[in-house]
Amino acid sequence: MAIAFNRRPGIVAYLTAGDPDLATTREIALAAIDNGADVIELGVPFSDPLADGPVIQRASERAVAHGTRLTDVLGLAKELRAARPSAGLVLFSYLNPVVRMGMKTFCEKAAEAGADGVLLTDMIVEEAGEYLEAMHANKLAPVFLAAPTSPDARLAAIAGASQGFVYAISRTGTTGTQQSIAGDASELVGRLRQFTKLPIAVGFGISNAEHVKAVGEFADAAVIGSAIVALIEKTAPAEAPAAVGRFIAGLQT
Amino acid sequence: MSSMAAMVNPAGPVTSAAGRFGVYGGRYVPETLMAALEELEAAYAQAKEDVAFQAELDDLLRNYCGRPTPLYFAKRLTETLGGAKIYLKREDLLHTGAHKINNALGQGLLARRMGKKRIIAETGAGQHGVATATVCALLGMECVVYMGEEDMRRQELNVYRMRLLGAEVRGVSAGSATLKDAISEAMRDWVTNVRTTYYVLGSALGAHPYPTMVRDFHRVISKEAKRQIMEQEGKLPTAVVACVGGGSNAIGAFYEFLDDANVQLIGVEAGGRGTALGEHAARFQKVGGGVPGVLQGTYSYVLQDDAGQIAATHSVSAGLDYASVGPEHAMLHDSGRATYTSCTDDAALKATVTLARTEGILPALESAHAVAEAIRLAPTMAKTDVLMVNLSGRGDKDMGILARELDLRGA
Repeated sequence: MAIAFNRRPGIVAYLTAGDPDLATTREIALAAIDNGADVIELGVPFSDPLADGPVIQRASERAVAHGTRLTDVLGLAKELRAARPSAGLVLFSYLNPVVRMGMKTFCEKAAEAGADGVLLTDMIVEEAGEYLEAMHANKLAPVFLAAPTSPDARLAAIAGASQGFVYAISRTGTTGTQQSIAGDASELVGRLRQFTKLPIAVGFGISNAEHVKAVGEFADAAVIGSAIVALIEKTAPAEAPAAVGRFIAGLQT
Repeated sequence: MSSMAAMVNPAGPVTSAAGRFGVYGGRYVPETLMAALEELEAAYAQAKEDVAFQAELDDLLRNYCGRPTPLYFAKRLTETLGGAKIYLKREDLLHTGAHKINNALGQGLLARRMGKKRIIAETGAGQHGVATATVCALLGMECVVYMGEEDMRRQELNVYRMRLLGAEVRGVSAGSATLKDAISEAMRDWVTNVRTTYYVLGSALGAHPYPTMVRDFHRVISKEAKRQIMEQEGKLPTAVVACVGGGSNAIGAFYEFLDDANVQLIGVEAGGRGTALGEHAARFQKVGGGVPGVLQGTYSYVLQDDAGQIAATHSVSAGLDYASVGPEHAMLHDSGRATYTSCTDDAALKATVTLARTEGILPALESAHAVAEAIRLAPTMAKTDVLMVNLSGRGDKDMGILARELDLRGA
């Protein structure tokens, strides 16, 4: 199990694979790891990313438009695992590309690529029987999302089914920036603690060092997504790895 | 356990879990929505059993919407085609011009009962948006309707109608700027405002309990039709034909006949411009059609590429232009209880003209797909056969398209 947070708060960096292209995503991921990201969440681009805000939606559209497929993302995961054996690596996807490949096949390939875990954004615990079976058979960590709207009974089920870490959504809404970390987040993490000893990562709207510091007061790690993807969007591909590296390093000061 | 088995192997075991139609249906949504779906499921279960709720719904359906709608014998069309007797279930005569009001009213009353004051909806052809805006005006609720910009262009008149009724219409430019993208945007709004907002989903789609609930609100179509055809013909119809976008009018027209094995049920999908992926919205088409997958909360047939990206669709009728289909239809398709065919844009346009000139009725372009199938089928049937077509909506909203398309064809 390579999902470990080496400092508090740990950093989970989300990247949309294939934006701007797979080779650049690889370099960006390496720069993120080398500058302090504990876990890379490698996003499988999808045509209809309904849990995401406009920034990640645009990245997904760009990556899909130039043909990035789930098999390419698995290939990229394999390269990252070879290059940085001890970094945490979680595949992040909507269900349909996975269902199209076949759940069992996907889990086998994810394990073969060296992924530590998988997060399926539209998979809820009640529907996850077969998914969990395939994940366990391949020694992969299923990461489930917990929301501020989840009642305690659901949080118990989510915490019980998760491995690696639990992903706490900081507020209702889609991915994207926010001004400050909502009180929702600390309350949710507090409720989750009753049900798990796993690390808890907080995401959705975490975009700067101040946010990361605030998350560190009550959670184990911060997930940074849209802020990184927006930086990649406005930076020339050749400059993007260094820019993301500096950004990640700056989050922990 | 068995739900994902369904995904690995679409012919997998049937589950008895709530919200499943055979292996289809279920709930595949961001976690943030789960509490709201559970709340909705419980509220609907209570309302369904509540005599006062049902009485208010029945009263408004009758006195506000105009139910029961007539079952009309299309004598001239029947004589022209020279085969089965054709009856039209006149959902086009309902208030706001389509069957959509049945569901919008039911869900609007449910939202009020749940104490929600802000309503969101998505719309393709605009009929569901107009119905929801109407119900919100009636009940004094705030209404926001998401609509793809391509559909706003195609259905300009309905955009004005919604605005006149007090709704805010928000254009969606993402993706193909059609119904699928409007649903995604409505779900984003719902995820963000889930504590205060009720999402009036417009077809028998999405996560449980929507497919069941929307079907229940449209069951009235076949309930009335069954009684009416017995009164007029003294027997059940040989076949019931309905167009299928998301599938709400079709499931409403089919439902009370499901146990009548001798009644053929025929769904008509949008065949668009051709059979290649991207040129149509025929999810059940054998070649170039859909395969089971997950889109917008439910497991059903989905038009997609071999990497699982959702395919572009095309139909002259905005209301049928959708990449997936209601999960109950997926079950009926697999079991063979209903058959699904498709009709091209051209055939639908021709059927519109035929019905207009034989009966003085302008069907919505969606409904014209069902009419086209009846026109194809009736001459192959005996004069003693009875063909019932669900005329789901009227064609006023399509005047702009008809003017352009029919002029191009020199009609």
